[in-house]
Amino acid sequence: MIGLVGNLVAPAPTAIAASFPALIAEEELLPRFVQTFVEAFAAASLAVLVGTTLGWWLHAKRWAGRAYENWFATCAAAPLVLLYPLFLVIFGRNAGTIVVMSFLTGLPAVVLKTKEGLDGIKRVFIDVGRSFRLTESQIFWKIMLPAALPTICNGVRLGLIYALISVVGIEFLINFGGLGELIDDLAQRWEIPMEFGAIFFVVLTSVCFFYITERLEQWIRRR
Amino acid sequence: MDQAQVMSAPPRAGRFAGATFARVATLLGLWALWEAVAASGLLFRDVIPSSVKVGEALATLLLSADFYHNLELTLAEVIVSLVLGVSTGIAVGLALGVARFAGKAFEPYLHYLAPTPKIVFLPILLVLFGVGPGSKIAIGALSCFFPMALSVATGVREVDAVLLRVGRSFNLSLGQTIQKIYLPSLVPPIATGLKLGLGVAIIGCLLAEIKMSNRGLGFLVMQYYAQFRIPYMYAVLIAAFAIAALGNALIAHFIRLPSGRR
Repeated sequence: MIGLVGNLVAPAPTAIAASFPALIAEEELLPRFVQTFVEAFAAASLAVLVGTTLGWWLHAKRWAGRAYENWFATCAAAPLVLLYPLFLVIFGRNAGTIVVMSFLTGLPAVVLKTKEGLDGIKRVFIDVGRSFRLTESQIFWKIMLPAALPTICNGVRLGLIYALISVVGIEFLINFGGLGELIDDLAQRWEIPMEFGAIFFVVLTSVCFFYITERLEQWIRRR
Repeated sequence: MDQAQVMSAPPRAGRFAGATFARVATLLGLWALWEAVAASGLLFRDVIPSSVKVGEALATLLLSADFYHNLELTLAEVIVSLVLGVSTGIAVGLALGVARFAGKAFEPYLHYLAPTPKIVFLPILLVLFGVGPGSKIAIGALSCFFPMALSVATGVREVDAVLLRVGRSFNLSLGQTIQKIYLPSLVPPIATGLKLGLGVAIIGCLLAEIKMSNRGLGFLVMQYYAQFRIPYMYAVLIAAFAIAALGNALIAHFIRLPSGRR
């Protein structure tokens, strides 16, 4: 409005809001949102399934924990997303690449937090269980899992967020899929108000994702 | 050394030997698997090149001036983005932590924006700063701003209340309180923010280079990918991972120094 920057750089909020109907009707915002959500959910579910199993294994087998925990910590800090050209040549430019890469991005946090949660259980809890003659399975389900659950949930939440970031980022980079592709596509067509609208929608998705996982974690901690 | 220590020594050594054996065996297994897949022809030729070819490409790359020319730009982008993101992150974190009203009003926005993939802001930054290093620095700075600001804001609230009361009893001004009490107490959260920030700044700069640039390591990766010179692409990726690991190790080293001296 005051003309400090051009409309091509920063469109007016009213123009962004006015672009929403076209964004939904012409650019298929909702199907794209569903695609991004499904990819993120698939990658995160895989990360949770494999990550909690690996975390339990690293806890249960001390040698494995000593041997591989640092490797997972290194992977957690490594820029894995840079490997996407490699995954493109192996898996092709499809949803499989996005899911596999996002799974790998979310995995280390789940593994490390699961191990941390199980390692942090007080020895006295297990001893009390043994004194009540609980079986190993009962000790795991009735003592170890509830005690480690808050930390595991924290890892699951981190894994979900990392998976979502990776999904949208790779969609944007390879110009394929849901919301990430939409932003790249709109930027290339110079549909600036709609591009800002799509970015706003990605931020809103992240906010919802963060809020839901935060509430879920708080609910589990209370139980 | 008492008897108990003597008795416990061999099993402990055995445990470490077991872990080392597992690591070495896994590395050898992965290498053998890589070579088997490379030789099998299961994948399109050179998608998984032999480790010898990758090694040769890495050696050639490390001896070429072009690599250092691109590395120089990427390192400069990462360093400038880190300086910008970290300094603004510390300032905003301090402001949000010290001023409770500002913290309550604005910190939730930081929490909500932090998990947003920053790469989606690249089109806006490209328009604002151009396709040169400016947009890469901006995305790197934006990426590392959030972990630093959140880490510092949390750290400020955990500063020992006794220290603050002592400061007040000495009539310290806000500037003096920040300089003499907050900043020394904030070394661990700043270090954590720096560690997290470095990783995301490197990723941000390289991804922006991959998406749109004509120089830098990210550009080099995409150039080799487009030319299907896959061993060279692997070589650049190995170099990028090594630089990220080196950066993390350097920060970890500098973090240990002040904590050891305290």
